[in-house]
Amino acid sequence: MHVFELGFVAAVLLAATPILYASLAGAISAQAGVFNIALEGQMLWGAFAGVAGSYLTGSAWGGLALAIVTTAISSVVLAVGAARWNADPIIIAIGANLVAVGLTGFLLRVLFGVSGTFAPTGLQGLPKMAFLADVPVIGPIFAGQTVLVPLAFVVIVAVGLWLRSTPAGLRLRGVGEHPEAATTLGIGVSSYRMWTVIVAGALCGVAGAQLSLGNVTVFTENMTAGRGWIAVAAVMLVSSRPLWLPLACLGFGAAEALGFRLQGIGAPQQLTDAAPYAITLVVLVLTRIRFTRRRDAVLSS
Amino acid sequence: MTIAPTPLPPTVEPAGSQDRGLRRALGVALRHPVVVPVGAVIVALLIGAVIMLSAGLNPLEAYSAVLTGALDPDSLDYTISVWGFICGMAVAAAIPLRMGEFNMGGNGQMVLGGVTAAVIAGQLGLPGILAVPLAVVGAVVVAGAFGSLSAPLATRFGIPIIISTLLLSPVAVAVVSYLVRYPLAEQGSAVAQTPRLPADARMPGLGDFSYSTWGLILIIAVMVIFWLVDSRAAVGFELRTVGANRRFASYGGVRVGRLAFGAMATGAAAAGLVGAIIVLSPPYRLIDGALTSPGYTFAGLAAALLAGGRPALIPVTSILFTVLQVGGAAMERTADVPRQLSDVLQGVVIVVLALRTIIDQRRTERSSA
Repeated sequence: MHVFELGFVAAVLLAATPILYASLAGAISAQAGVFNIALEGQMLWGAFAGVAGSYLTGSAWGGLALAIVTTAISSVVLAVGAARWNADPIIIAIGANLVAVGLTGFLLRVLFGVSGTFAPTGLQGLPKMAFLADVPVIGPIFAGQTVLVPLAFVVIVAVGLWLRSTPAGLRLRGVGEHPEAATTLGIGVSSYRMWTVIVAGALCGVAGAQLSLGNVTVFTENMTAGRGWIAVAAVMLVSSRPLWLPLACLGFGAAEALGFRLQGIGAPQQLTDAAPYAITLVVLVLTRIRFTRRRDAVLSS
Repeated sequence: MTIAPTPLPPTVEPAGSQDRGLRRALGVALRHPVVVPVGAVIVALLIGAVIMLSAGLNPLEAYSAVLTGALDPDSLDYTISVWGFICGMAVAAAIPLRMGEFNMGGNGQMVLGGVTAAVIAGQLGLPGILAVPLAVVGAVVVAGAFGSLSAPLATRFGIPIIISTLLLSPVAVAVVSYLVRYPLAEQGSAVAQTPRLPADARMPGLGDFSYSTWGLILIIAVMVIFWLVDSRAAVGFELRTVGANRRFASYGGVRVGRLAFGAMATGAAAAGLVGAIIVLSPPYRLIDGALTSPGYTFAGLAAALLAGGRPALIPVTSILFTVLQVGGAAMERTADVPRQLSDVLQGVVIVVLALRTIIDQRRTERSSA
């Protein structure tokens, strides 16, 4: 029973990690004042580039590097468009997500000659932390995970603290909250935004690589399956505050892991697939009810 | 005579003014509203060509395969029916887009309409005269109600419509998929699908067409109504005012929340209509995934964006995405270019459209200077 519970914790962490990285990307973009809904497509591209890189270089780290670099490069369009040219980030992101779906499917056929699923023999996945296997409690949870799983929490805390208590973090928040005021202080609003969106792209690359080389070792068309949208919802849920993201993302991870468990005992897959979205929406509404109540209370007092 | 030393300026003058005139003419031409969408399409086609060239494929062959595949007289009937569906989904996206909102839940709204039509026409045993109209009305009502959920979520709880539609849509798709697989499934069939509709509960065919039905006429009627309301009715004006400046509109007395409710309800109703028509048309049943997998929703969204939400342009921009969609399959068959290239081109058109602000920005800079 004990092992079963720790196994469930491990499954929750595994499901939550890609969403953690992607939602961190969304949160820093939102803090800088860019509504970034390109997470889904960028994560999908990261997943593809991770597998392609691992296949071509023979090393999963090569895959991770390719995912980070190419996803960051692909986010330049959104970065420059939204930050420098005042284009609508929503429309760019809708287009970019479509391009990601199309281009990954296209390249899968052109480069590797397969469609649907790409799992060549010998494809290197990111190494698991097997050396932890004998440690009690930590072992069963982390031994089967990649180093990116615990790293997600470290990165989120670091970014959260950076935003909260460094001058650069303060400037970034200022850029999002009141761009005119930031400009009068001599802060380059558009370059802050641009670099934030590019860093967000790199984080989505990590999210995608973890999905395709960590959670599994395969690329399937459209394998992100809406995780990017859940990440966007997570950003809303925590009002873009990174330090709260683990709570929200572990909730989603639990919903997904629970869905797998329920499927195992015979629940129809369609309904467990829908659960994370429905739960996300319900939680979003519940937090907003509390929020509006509090606001009403303040207004009426 | 002292005029002698002035032959130089006149030769420069006309050249300069001619140049300026040309530039002005070019400026006027560039400001024509057609330039941006056409330019976006051309840029997308060029980028597609670069992608194909770098993959060692022949872009000319691919594009001509797209055109001939989509406009082949033998399959033109099929192309026209797809055009109808994409137009319908474009209306579903365009009505909320008029007020600056994004309806990303077309898939969910469409399958709900489809399953409602399948139940009403297929399971209730209604007489033929009633079955089809009731199925259409039911689909429109159910999908409209589902879509309108997003409006109170936005106005009461501050959840943007783009997010709530995105989260609601997969839930509806999953529920419908479950219904088609289990309670509504055709017994003994290997494919997840509902039984074929009874012969008198089918959408009547349109002349000699084998794919297109009266559903196409319904969709055209919807587009005409949208155009009339948008250009002639007060509600259409309110929609556009909110789209242009939300705060100004609400100062002017427009009830934005109610308008959002109506826009989402009617947009989703259009999506539900498309779902119903697909189910009531050949092969007269709801097959799991058959409504969502062709990608009508995003093709429609792309067509709506390319048209800038303008009702009169939707039929035109829908032609482009229909050609891409239908021709994509032909391109895969004859030119061996994966049909996913169609998605890439659609996406690039949208991105380029969004980036058109560079032109707008230069324009305003010049006019304010």
